[in-house]
Amino acid sequence: MLSTIQHSSFLKIIINILTIIALLLAMGLSIAYGAVDINLSTVWQAIINFDRDITSHQVIQELRLPRAIAAALVGAFLAVSGAIMQGMTRNPLASPSIMGVTNGAAFALVLTMAFIPGVSGLGLTIASFAGAGIAVVLVFMVGSFSTGGLTPVKLALAGVAIGTLLSSVSTIIALHFKLEKQLGFWLAGGLAGTNWSSIQVLLISGAIGIFIAFMIAKSITVLNLGEDVAVGLGQNNIVIKILGILTVLILTGAAVSVAGAIGFMGLIIPHMSRFIMGTDFRWIIPSSALFGALLLVLSDIVSRLINAPYETPVGAITSLIGVPFFLYLARGSSGGGK
Amino acid sequence: MNPIYQKKTGRFIGIIALLIVLIITMFFISLSTGVINIAPLDVVRTIIGQGTERQGLVLFDFRLPGIILALLIGSGLAVSGVILQGVTQNDLADPGILGINTGAGLAVVLFIFFIQDSLNTTLSIFIMPLFALVGALFAAFLVYTLAWKNGVNPIRLVLVGIGVNAGFSAALIIFQLKMNPQDFRQATVWLSGDIWSANWSFVLALLPWILILVPYALHKANVLNVLNLGDDVAAGLGSKVEGDRRLLLLIAVALAGASVAAGGAIAFLGLVVPHIARRIIGPLHQYIIPISTLIGALLLMVSDTIGKNLLTPTEIPAGVVVAVLSTPYFVYLLVKTK
Repeated sequence: MLSTIQHSSFLKIIINILTIIALLLAMGLSIAYGAVDINLSTVWQAIINFDRDITSHQVIQELRLPRAIAAALVGAFLAVSGAIMQGMTRNPLASPSIMGVTNGAAFALVLTMAFIPGVSGLGLTIASFAGAGIAVVLVFMVGSFSTGGLTPVKLALAGVAIGTLLSSVSTIIALHFKLEKQLGFWLAGGLAGTNWSSIQVLLISGAIGIFIAFMIAKSITVLNLGEDVAVGLGQNNIVIKILGILTVLILTGAAVSVAGAIGFMGLIIPHMSRFIMGTDFRWIIPSSALFGALLLVLSDIVSRLINAPYETPVGAITSLIGVPFFLYLARGSSGGGK
Repeated sequence: MNPIYQKKTGRFIGIIALLIVLIITMFFISLSTGVINIAPLDVVRTIIGQGTERQGLVLFDFRLPGIILALLIGSGLAVSGVILQGVTQNDLADPGILGINTGAGLAVVLFIFFIQDSLNTTLSIFIMPLFALVGALFAAFLVYTLAWKNGVNPIRLVLVGIGVNAGFSAALIIFQLKMNPQDFRQATVWLSGDIWSANWSFVLALLPWILILVPYALHKANVLNVLNLGDDVAAGLGSKVEGDRRLLLLIAVALAGASVAAGGAIAFLGLVVPHIARRIIGPLHQYIIPISTLIGALLLMVSDTIGKNLLTPTEIPAGVVVAVLSTPYFVYLLVKTK
């Protein structure tokens, strides 16, 4: 069954279309469900035929629509980042959260909040990019300076170490400047605070990030065969890697600045789409984006349902949904990165 | 005895002596520093019963239990890490990464949530480690079974550990948010690896575990050496590989579970200390275990003291300080070793 899908572009397109339909339905549900349930036809009306005088239309336009869109975008960004990282490093464990990228972004956010009180939303986003960048550079530096080179295990170890260091320093700063609550939010992740300006940030970064991701998808497929093979095929690996890292920074930075560090998305979704779509990143990247968006929108709904009227951190939900699947994959792997 | 062994034994005794001197020095420094400073001389005077009543109260009721607890937890987690890394032949293994700490944490949170109110305080302090132990065992059992597929491949073990860890953390967050505010606070403080609320009952609850299991681990050092050579060699040398592995895992899990119950999840200590010890003394577990015990104890005591005094009145959890102190060295090790 799976191998049939992997060899048929037609079936792959069908799967992607089905995912898009599921995603739209999930977003509709996400908008309809809340403190006051609104039926789907009102949701539709509020979007195509907005009436300022109807309260439910306002709720939808100001709160729920941006939230649903943000969930879809953040999910897509984290998943695509993960796919690129796994493809480039040939490491099944590579993902924004394990490689310390999300911790780096949270670190920079706390630092900025502590020393520049009242910083603007744009300032925070830039800080988040910078932090993600510092973490990636550190992890790759540690990895590549080591004797024996950038092995998968070494990269994962470096990521864990740098991530732990950055998050510990963030904790100290947060404790000292009484920013525990904000840090807690970024580390747990959540979509409650999203509004249209977050969507702007996401759309601009996404336009650039996703564009580069599609551009380099083919090269990542080649890179994933091994560096030697890629060089043999005449590919300039350095340029591809720099572009890849840049994409990861842009996408993860934007996602973390809006929704915090939502764990496990970037790890699981790429495995899932590779499992279904095969080894070609021109298919893996788009389907990662779609699966990621779908998973996060659904998780966001569950996070509001599970302990209503309180919200449960959405990262906890994505983990609970993702873990069984991840374990299944881990068992199937013949030892992972080898 | 051959000369290399003699030289090694000499070095070993020297290092042990050095560590003990360091621990004793730090012990007195820790006792004398704090919000109320007590001069080292007064500390000695108080210990032999010549101090003022107030000094006696501060030392015996507040500082001493915390410091002793730090020593015990540090050694427990360090030895647990040594065993796990030896048994799995995996440098990445430690009670944190393998989900054992989180398993213990989840069990304790469930205990606070469901059972605690029906027991009196002293009783619950002694029962909590048992719960933590059950949680730790369950996590270890889960990771081991899920990673089992014609034997346990080290990389698969770590992958499964990361998965189980993420699942438990998610469940932990969800349960925690369902608690009433008072229980929530207790659980949060406990989970962040906080030892300063320690009292003598915690010390008494943890002491027997450390006193029995650490020497027993030392007694089994040779088995660890043999297992470290790889499964095939170990079997060839007459080791009942799986049986030995399970027994040692049980010790490691018990040590981690009891330590976590007393001090919360202190990340990274079990990962980094064995690496440092191996670096100092080489691969023989007869040497690694005692040295790790002392380094672990020293590291946690120092971290606890720094955490309490660095940014007063803000108290930084000891676990956070451990991470900040040890990650740079860990990164250095990562770069230097193959």
